[in-house]
Amino acid sequence: MKAERHAPRALPVFSRMLRLSRPSREDALAFALLAALALLVFRGAEGAIQPLSSLHLAPVTLDPAQLPYYALRTVLRMFAALLASTLFTLVVATLAARSKAAGQIIVPALDILQSVPILGFLTFTVTFFMNLFPGNVLGVELASVFAIFTSQAWNMAFSFYQSLRNLPGDLEEACQGFALPPIRRFMRLDLPYATPALVWNAMMSMSGGWFFVVASEAITVGNTTVTLPGIGSYLAIAIAHQDFRSVGWAVGMMALVIVAYDQLFFRPIVAWADRFRFEQTAGSERPASWLFDLLRRTRLLPLIFRPVTELGNLLLALEPTLRPRRAISPRQPNPWAGRLWQAAIWLSVTAVLCWTARYILSALSLMEVARVLGLATLTMLRVIVLIALASVVWVPLGVAIGLRPRLAEAVQPIAQFLAAFPANVLFPFAVIAIVRWQLMPDIWLSPLMILGTQWYILFNVIAGASAIPTDLREVADMFGLKGWQWWRQVALPAIFPYYITGALTASGGSWNASIVAEAVTWGDRHLQAHGLGAYIAQATTDGHVPQVALGIGVMSLFVLGFNRLVWRPLYAFGERRLSLS
Amino acid sequence: MATLATQSPLPLIEVRGLNHYYGPPPGGHLVLEDVNLTLNQNEVVGLLGRSGSGKSTLLRSIAGLIHPREGSVERIPSEDCPDPSVAMVFQTFALFPWLTVQQNVELGLEAQKVPPEERRQRALAAIDLIGLDGFENAYPKELSGGMRQRVGLARALVVNPALLLMDEPFSALDVLTAETLRTDLLDLWSEGRMPIKSILIVTHNIEEAVQMCDRILVFSSNPGRVVAEIKVDIPRPRDRLDPPFRALVDDIYARMTARPAQAQATRDGLFPGTGIAMVLPHVSTNTLAGLIEEVDGTPFNGKASMAELADSLNFEIDDLFPMAETLQLLRFAELRGAQLLLTPAARRYAQAEVDQRKAMFGEALLAHVPLAQHIRRILDERASHKAPARRFRDELEDHMSEDFADETLKTVTNWGRYAEIFTYHEDDDQFSLDDPQ
Repeated sequence: MKAERHAPRALPVFSRMLRLSRPSREDALAFALLAALALLVFRGAEGAIQPLSSLHLAPVTLDPAQLPYYALRTVLRMFAALLASTLFTLVVATLAARSKAAGQIIVPALDILQSVPILGFLTFTVTFFMNLFPGNVLGVELASVFAIFTSQAWNMAFSFYQSLRNLPGDLEEACQGFALPPIRRFMRLDLPYATPALVWNAMMSMSGGWFFVVASEAITVGNTTVTLPGIGSYLAIAIAHQDFRSVGWAVGMMALVIVAYDQLFFRPIVAWADRFRFEQTAGSERPASWLFDLLRRTRLLPLIFRPVTELGNLLLALEPTLRPRRAISPRQPNPWAGRLWQAAIWLSVTAVLCWTARYILSALSLMEVARVLGLATLTMLRVIVLIALASVVWVPLGVAIGLRPRLAEAVQPIAQFLAAFPANVLFPFAVIAIVRWQLMPDIWLSPLMILGTQWYILFNVIAGASAIPTDLREVADMFGLKGWQWWRQVALPAIFPYYITGALTASGGSWNASIVAEAVTWGDRHLQAHGLGAYIAQATTDGHVPQVALGIGVMSLFVLGFNRLVWRPLYAFGERRLSLS
Repeated sequence: MATLATQSPLPLIEVRGLNHYYGPPPGGHLVLEDVNLTLNQNEVVGLLGRSGSGKSTLLRSIAGLIHPREGSVERIPSEDCPDPSVAMVFQTFALFPWLTVQQNVELGLEAQKVPPEERRQRALAAIDLIGLDGFENAYPKELSGGMRQRVGLARALVVNPALLLMDEPFSALDVLTAETLRTDLLDLWSEGRMPIKSILIVTHNIEEAVQMCDRILVFSSNPGRVVAEIKVDIPRPRDRLDPPFRALVDDIYARMTARPAQAQATRDGLFPGTGIAMVLPHVSTNTLAGLIEEVDGTPFNGKASMAELADSLNFEIDDLFPMAETLQLLRFAELRGAQLLLTPAARRYAQAEVDQRKAMFGEALLAHVPLAQHIRRILDERASHKAPARRFRDELEDHMSEDFADETLKTVTNWGRYAEIFTYHEDDDQFSLDDPQ
């Protein structure tokens, strides 16, 4: 029966055997897109391996015609960093999840690195990478890529690690039952399961990276100044020349680039990664992408990914098959090995801390340390006040938006775009305003810290408000809950876990932003507020390494303390008492 | 109770000419069509219908949570009830997870600005009445489903509503818990211990409706309309095994399977739409096969009453009706009154091997499901024997909403795959004749 039914199809026409048919409109479109992409990558990469002198031969100019090329270079840097972050994530996070010993080092390290002010590192990394490739642009390029990398890698690795720790138990047991060797298991279970969260995190990290692009392309360390071709440098020069029109051009270009890579890169990937989502209920809307739909209809996609899939196949083929264990022997790890390992970790951490402290104290007095602690308290005060102010503004607005699904759908991408937008671009306007009206920099420079990070509060609150179940809203309607009672019993508890996530991100971002926000320049006018950010910025410009180290150390301490003592307990409370599931 | 009901009815709520649509104002999908009903004091009324028949929409219109586009809902004041109010119990309980049992119950009183001490007393009394004393400080997470629904009930009763609305209040509970809660509620009602004048309960469980209600309004789907009003005169307490009880249940099954007059000529009329525009319910081939086997075997021997079938399989009408109707569409069964009769083809199917079953199913599919025919014809005609699913989805969306189109296409894909008449590739969103490689 079966054979008979398939008989007419046993001899397919020749064209079908080769899987060839008339190319469709989609094929042509996709091909054009891919060809253009390849061309751009080659064009941009050319510039990255020139001798260092080429930067002086063709310095960055304010000619808008050059801007697309600068944008290309910047975008390539960001994608290089993203690639590096992804590789780092796959290796390091997997290691941390699979090996207990490695996990004991990697997890706390990632946790700390997440909260460390990345901008402060520029001093060290630029010197390092320039010495790695002396006399070549590549060294500076790598320093810039590394700066962006440090803004992306840690939270991507953390997300991947957490996914691996939360694998569904039955799938893990199935893998063990079939004795899947490690690589096969990684490709069949770990990677697919963790992909959606990783993609989402990569997208958020990419947004965060913009802030550092602007800060890392035009680098001044001590008496060395390097200006890489890119949007960040263009902007820096525009600011130095007090050229409003050029600032406008740069801002426009940035917006264009952000929209382009969102549409051409992230949307398709999010739509593709949706298939890996591990949930049994198909409740929520599936993400859509026009480009993904287009590529899905062409035969090019499998072709592009052929190298990747073949690499995977090769790895799988090379891996020896394990035989299922016949006898189960209880494995008893030596308890002393574990203790020794922990002791080694603690010893080395203490040693590093002591050495750093000695280095700092040999160059700086205790008075200086006390002064820096005072400055840090000032900055902390700013962060607290600003988060409170932003919450007062954005929580009611976010709730109002979140309760209207159609409005939320329209506003959500805008808020995410604003979060991606590097707020440091707008700093010069603040300088002009402060100088014009003779305002106090100590107060009026502060809002800049939260300019770029407040949006995290907004879009998390929107997400929280739109997640309030309909039946709870109906109960509130039915009893006519209004005013403060409605906020106290319905809205605030419902959005609380979301709000904490947003506020945590915003506060971490604000600490980081203080390094550029507390000391701002427009042409020859230079404004500075009293705070830890300004201290680090000043030390970096002066090339005073012990001061930079002290500043970073103190800031890390404050951020970590803030997270541990404020945000973590609040988050745990929200999870315990207020979660809806 | 019975003596009160025989007095001239005192109207409490009147619904007049209700029409409601989903979607933006001009046009939209009609969910309620010309609904008229009167709820009187001292009666329990059931709204019985299948999912998507708009009964929840009607309930929410009466509760004032939705404003229907046309028609009116009027609350009629009377001497002993000058301001008839309503309160609702939800299928999903709708308790605030961050409030304790007590705080949840006090919610409505707080909104009415009742002073704290009185609030506390009234809440405690309601909690007591519903059998939850001792749990005042518990959070909903710490309670079982049945307990949670008791909190929902206490929260509704504490505001002294004239009318208690219940939206499938027992359907999220297991059978035993539901039965206990139902009996407790009926006891409270018949003893007059609740401050309410009347109950309106939405259900898709026929036996539940017959057990609880004085009057049952049967709803049709697409759009929702009241198609029958049935008075239940069986004396309380009612016994499910009582012959009059069984007879009434059978009678309601028969009414609900009855086809609308204009669709008599073609069996396609079972589902909304005709030809390829027919909306297909999401019924898996496994359950269809299971149902055929069940009816083919003892004790049914090819002929089963829907009520017994629902009982023995523990199905509610939302599960059973789409299955039975799908069998009818494929000419594997015939619905006669409240009886499901297998056709000779279905009885052969029940005895057949896997491959034969697939072949029989495929033939039935190509003969009686226009959409399956259509997809197969297109695939046969094309040289590549492939067609993008988008194309069919677009065609379906010309005739029905996006959700229905999606469900219909998923259903036909599932059926087509089982019958091996075509297959679908998720990766490139295409139908094809190919075997999987």
